[in-house]
Amino acid sequence: NEITLAFRRQRKRAANRDKVNLARCRRTAAANMPAVSKGDGMRGLAVFISDIRNCKSKEAEIKRINKELANIRSKFKGDKALDGYSKKKYVCKLLFIFLLGHDIDFGHMEAVNLLSSNKYTEKQIGYLFISVLVNSNSELIRLINNAIKNDLSSRNPTFMCLALHCIANVGSREMAEAFASEIPRILVAGDTMDSVKQSAALCLLRLYKTSPDLVLMGEWTSRVVHLLNDQHMGVVTAAISLITCLSQKNPDEFKTCVSLAVSRLSRIVSSASTDLQDYTYYFVPAPWLSCKLLRLLQCYPPPEDGAVKGRLVECLETILNKAQEPPKSKKVQHSNAKNAILFEAISLIIHYDSEPNLLVRACNQLGQFLQHRETNLRYLALESMCTLASSEFSHEAVKTHIETVINALKTERDVSVRQRAADLLYAMCDRSNAKQIVAEMLSYLETADYSIREEMVLKVAILAEKYAVDYSWYVDTILNLIRIAGDYVSEEVWYRVIQIVINRDDVQGYAAKTVFEALQAPACHENMVKVGGYILGEFGNLIAGDPRSSPLVQFNLLHSKFHLCSVPTRALLLSAYIKFINLFPETKTTIQEVLRCDSQIRNSDVELQQRAVEYLKLSSIASTDVLATVLEEMPPFPERESSILAKLKKKKGPGAVSVTELEDNKREGGELNGGADRGPDSASTPSPSGDLLGIRAAAPIGAAPASAGSLLVDVFSEAGIAVSSAAVNDEGFLRFVCKNNGVLFENQLLQIGIKSEYRQNLGRMYLFYGNKTSVQFASFTTTVSCPGELQTHILPKGFPHFKGYCGAQIQQVLNIECLTDFIDAPLLNIKFRYGGGLQNLTLKLPVTINKFFQPTEMASQDFFQRWKQLSQPQQEAQKIFKANHSMDTEVLKAKLLGLGTALLDNVDPNPENYVCAGVIQTKSQQIGCLLRLEPNAQAQMYRLTLRCSKDLVSQRLCDLLAEQF
Amino acid sequence: MIRAILIFNNHGKPRLSKFYEHYTEDTEQQIIRETFHLVSKRDENVCNFLEGGMLIGGSDYKLIYRHYATLYFVFCVDSSESELGILDLIQVFVETLDKCFENVCELDLIFHVDKVHNILAEMVMGGMVLETNMNEIIMQVDAQNKMEKSETFIFQSTRQDR
Repeated sequence: NEITLAFRRQRKRAANRDKVNLARCRRTAAANMPAVSKGDGMRGLAVFISDIRNCKSKEAEIKRINKELANIRSKFKGDKALDGYSKKKYVCKLLFIFLLGHDIDFGHMEAVNLLSSNKYTEKQIGYLFISVLVNSNSELIRLINNAIKNDLSSRNPTFMCLALHCIANVGSREMAEAFASEIPRILVAGDTMDSVKQSAALCLLRLYKTSPDLVLMGEWTSRVVHLLNDQHMGVVTAAISLITCLSQKNPDEFKTCVSLAVSRLSRIVSSASTDLQDYTYYFVPAPWLSCKLLRLLQCYPPPEDGAVKGRLVECLETILNKAQEPPKSKKVQHSNAKNAILFEAISLIIHYDSEPNLLVRACNQLGQFLQHRETNLRYLALESMCTLASSEFSHEAVKTHIETVINALKTERDVSVRQRAADLLYAMCDRSNAKQIVAEMLSYLETADYSIREEMVLKVAILAEKYAVDYSWYVDTILNLIRIAGDYVSEEVWYRVIQIVINRDDVQGYAAKTVFEALQAPACHENMVKVGGYILGEFGNLIAGDPRSSPLVQFNLLHSKFHLCSVPTRALLLSAYIKFINLFPETKTTIQEVLRCDSQIRNSDVELQQRAVEYLKLSSIASTDVLATVLEEMPPFPERESSILAKLKKKKGPGAVSVTELEDNKREGGELNGGADRGPDSASTPSPSGDLLGIRAAAPIGAAPASAGSLLVDVFSEAGIAVSSAAVNDEGFLRFVCKNNGVLFENQLLQIGIKSEYRQNLGRMYLFYGNKTSVQFASFTTTVSCPGELQTHILPKGFPHFKGYCGAQIQQVLNIECLTDFIDAPLLNIKFRYGGGLQNLTLKLPVTINKFFQPTEMASQDFFQRWKQLSQPQQEAQKIFKANHSMDTEVLKAKLLGLGTALLDNVDPNPENYVCAGVIQTKSQQIGCLLRLEPNAQAQMYRLTLRCSKDLVSQRLCDLLAEQF
Repeated sequence: MIRAILIFNNHGKPRLSKFYEHYTEDTEQQIIRETFHLVSKRDENVCNFLEGGMLIGGSDYKLIYRHYATLYFVFCVDSSESELGILDLIQVFVETLDKCFENVCELDLIFHVDKVHNILAEMVMGGMVLETNMNEIIMQVDAQNKMEKSETFIFQSTRQDR
């Protein structure tokens, strides 16, 4: 098309740029410079730019720039008052220098002076300089504010727009204080020009984002919402961004926007392609506005009003129908605009998740796009399908595209698209296709881009564990992972495979055989050696009958890897050797010899030396019985966790840890972890107890040594945390009762997202910390503490500090075991330094008792029988409350399923009611729970009744749930 | 929200940078370099979207770009924006530049940084889209030009200009 052509011509010129520039350089003074002829004739600027472009080296450029800066500085400082034109020219030069990446540390004052000029050109350049160069902390803000105030009250629309732009660009707190009350007035005033209204809307949005407390919409709310009806489409375009943001934060107050948005959308969608004149873009009526309207609707549940809903469904159908029509233009812009609307419509359909018919149509449409020749459409289709896969109505429909998606993963040229394909495979995975998907992802991993390998590894590991039916498949998968991408296999992953092998008798023999085979490879990854050492040390006896894997063969195989390994791995291997002595007495002399040699017993590493010495001594003096007891097979994992934590839980006050407890901890930490992590790794692990000690003097001093050498970060008593941390933030907490993933917390510095999974009485929570600022946080530490019964372990992964990047995201994994029922939630404390101040933040982690629900299906008869059995007064809890959210059936169902219980159909005689049943799995016991929710749509009320086999649990669940509906 | 709008040429020379979040000057330059690095290594005919660099917010942000002969136009946006919508917006921006400069070329952007900023300001404000209608945008720009001309006639005289 034309524009591309224009640029293409330029490319030819660019190819000869040096020649052209040289020619131009000789003629700098000449008036026929093409660039100048078009502009307003700031020749000095053009000359300067040409000079810079002709510089042959970076040094020459810097020299020229410094010369210019000196020149401008002297001009600004000079006695002679500069006229407006010169000021403008110099400010433009400074802007250009800034764009090249040089710091500008003067000229701000001159720019501010330009603001008060009554000439448009000067004012404009002043504002431009400020919007590019002045940040919100500048001391000049007060002066700038003055100028803005004058311009806002000038009634000159051009000046008002300039001022509003400036506020929107800088958006500081001081500006919000000065103008937050003024701008809504400008926005809704009847005599405000359209262009000013547009600017005012976005200006207000910016202030709302930076200082929501200062922007009080109250009385303006309804008039702002009615901007959706404005005659001028530009005003609607600007206003809708504002309304969307406000709706997200105060959905109830802005509820009325739903019906207005639907009618506006309906008018646009049904209009002929010429009706909207200038807002028709390549034959598509107002595509941008349509997209934004559809986005706004995604802030709300489906409209309750039947007529509105009907109209909206009609719109969505029209949009889907239009996708099938032949294109009105062959230009890519036409199809882009049309599809932009289509994708937003599909997002809305997925968001509602209540119209099976539309969902299936959406899925089919996306299916077509999966094979489209436009890469952009394939990318977006994969992305949308990802969200579609989580809807129960369309999960099956999405699964039918599995071959196409796998093919995309294999053949797409573009890594962005391949990544989306991998995401989609992950999302569409379930028990039926897990083996196929995991196999495909594994084979993709071999050639995957480095940037996404770690994520892929985690995904494969999660899927393999989640959908493992037979655990030998799981073991194979993880070992394959290590083989293919060992460097990207994080600690959690290989810890996990060991935990699972230890906890499941049926897979131990297989695991031993498989790792033994894997270790045969001449070069195998260190992670493989770790897993191999651990598993053979525990279960090598299960394969020792075969002469090809006799005890000595096993030992020699392991020991052949020893010298190539890092210290922590060697430490682990030494522990495996002592376990061998117990398992196979015939290896005793060989192993003792190894332990006795200088490279072990006099090793310069203290940890290795100590192990060698102790193990050697142990093997020589202890009787077989003692050895067998000390080196007994590892107990299943939850028991180990509880034994440490049961003790820590008891310690309530400061200094309550007795000597015996300390010793216990030490022993357990050393022995049960197999010592795998007592090396340098643990030294770099942040020790939260040390951290806490620094802050609060009365902390239990004993905690530090206990946790210092341990892999597990310690857990603290309730009393301690209450003293040390700021007020607990539990805003995010209630939103997670019925869901497991989302953003837990966000402020201007930090965003914390969580993803969690629960199985029986075990849970795992991934915490994602995103630094939103442009600077690195110093001494970033996080600790988790548990009031009461809930025990928590953290396996801190990766980097405890934000390193290098300013926008980095780091991830932490928290393993959770529910010992018995509980009320309080664990607290997450985060500390870091930002801009010199210590930030201290305590959040309630959304771990609630219902997360440990196992759904229980039962027939009507059983249900009522059990219901009757739980008839003691303290077993029941009931609450009657007003509906806070939509009472839509599908929404309610989704919430009840999110709760974790089974939703039982055909149980309650009244079909309007919902009944659920589930069993809460705790370590100590199982608690049966029955739930009944009776909505009254007319009164907008609910009655919620819970009966549980354990006292207090009903009450707790009842309190939690009453907030959800 | 749009976080940043960047234009640079095939060699990575920035021709326009507009950030709607505050970064230090150093970081801004690093972002430009990082973005150029990400975008320029991509083949033609791959898709126009990719995840943002680490500096600008990683996978929560998308870079949406178009390559016109010597120039890359890159918008860095968060998940609240429609990808194809932004692609159209880039097209509107370029078409508007084309109209305002009569067959725009890289040199126009170099010598008229201020103008380009002003045109952009008519489309995007504080990271949100103000106007998508090209005629409306051009009308505003023309009005500004007119004002500028009337002032220039009055105030500009022959002068030593360096």
